[in-house]
Amino acid sequence: MEALAGAAGWLAANPLTFLGAVGDHLMLSLVGLGLGILVALPLGVAVAHRPRLAEAAIAGAGALRTIPSLAVLAALLPLLGVGFTPSVLALALLALPPVLVNTVTGLRGADRAALDAARGLGMGAVRRALQVELPLASPLVFAGLRIAAVQVVSAAALATFIGGGGLGDLVTQGLALLDTGRMLVGAVAIALLALATEAGFGLLERHLARRMGGA
Amino acid sequence: MRWTFRNLDLIWAAVLGHLGLVAAALALSLLVALPLGLWVARRPGARAAVLGTASVLYSLPTLALFALLLPVLGLGFRPALVALVTYAVPILLRALVAGLASLPPAVLDAADGMGLTRWQRLWRVEIPLALPALLGGLRVASVTLVSAATVAAYISAGGLGTLILTGLDQGHTEKILVGAGLVAVMALALDATLGAVQRRLPAAA
Repeated sequence: MEALAGAAGWLAANPLTFLGAVGDHLMLSLVGLGLGILVALPLGVAVAHRPRLAEAAIAGAGALRTIPSLAVLAALLPLLGVGFTPSVLALALLALPPVLVNTVTGLRGADRAALDAARGLGMGAVRRALQVELPLASPLVFAGLRIAAVQVVSAAALATFIGGGGLGDLVTQGLALLDTGRMLVGAVAIALLALATEAGFGLLERHLARRMGGA
Repeated sequence: MRWTFRNLDLIWAAVLGHLGLVAAALALSLLVALPLGLWVARRPGARAAVLGTASVLYSLPTLALFALLLPVLGLGFRPALVALVTYAVPILLRALVAGLASLPPAVLDAADGMGLTRWQRLWRVEIPLALPALLGGLRVASVTLVSAATVAAYISAGGLGTLILTGLDQGHTEKILVGAGLVAVMALALDATLGAVQRRLPAAA
């Protein structure tokens, strides 16, 4: 109870510091996730129908996914230094595997007959990908986005270790200053943000499934 | 490379500390997840509640969980162990319950028809058939634990994360890269080893 009171006290005394950390955290997560999607989605579309490349992409993504988040963040430091940019790039790397794997798997599972029909209608490769294949693959792609988003929000808490800011700052500062209130505010906010991301994407996913089912 | 060669004993201790933390957490998690999974598998109400709680626990970011447990449990190896078990139990539980739920009812009926008691059916039929799913869970859990144990350095639990975090504090690039590299190799090696076991399993059964 004492610890909770400390947390409430710290929050009441430092609302702007808290909001700044939340803003930084969201910024890190959004830019990291956006960059990851921007690379993974086109890459997935490009390799999906080339079996050898697709297998290589899935194997590479599997290895990347296995490497601990803190190791990915730390390994970029010697190359890129500290701060926002290396943190965002590390988060983009962490967002890559789920989106890539699910895009490739979703596209490879797309109905052959639908693709043949699209070809018969005279659609080019790009239109086919955008109007037929991706919509058919969208449930899996979206599940990949959800996994990536939760992972990025979660890993953004570790950006503090390479000077990237965000809510992780409150946790590390709290421990360094023996300020339990500050630390708990950071920890609870990180946890709520991750759970809200999971729940929000889950709702969107079900909404999407209903619309697809109705169409 | 000079730092590395001068500090091989320190690095080796960090590797052993990391492995010890992961192994202890995995063993404890199995002790919790196996009985709990077997108990809830055939009780739909309990199963939904347990799996729901498990998925919330699993979604908690590592750093947040360590920080939340800190005021209660303090710093060191033991609180880290509690946090790691919190991560691994949900993974094992979900895998075990899914494995048991996927058994064809006809197999269970056949076992009953042969006159097996509930325990015999569990040990001779259900667990062997759910083993591949459980092993899949074990693989995911061990990789997750290697990753989470890295962050445990934040609450002074030792392990390879300590090399990374102290390296970051000191601006010591070589130390950071040795820590990050070794933890990556450890995760990849564990994943590959358990993957190989997993592929061999159906042939043996």
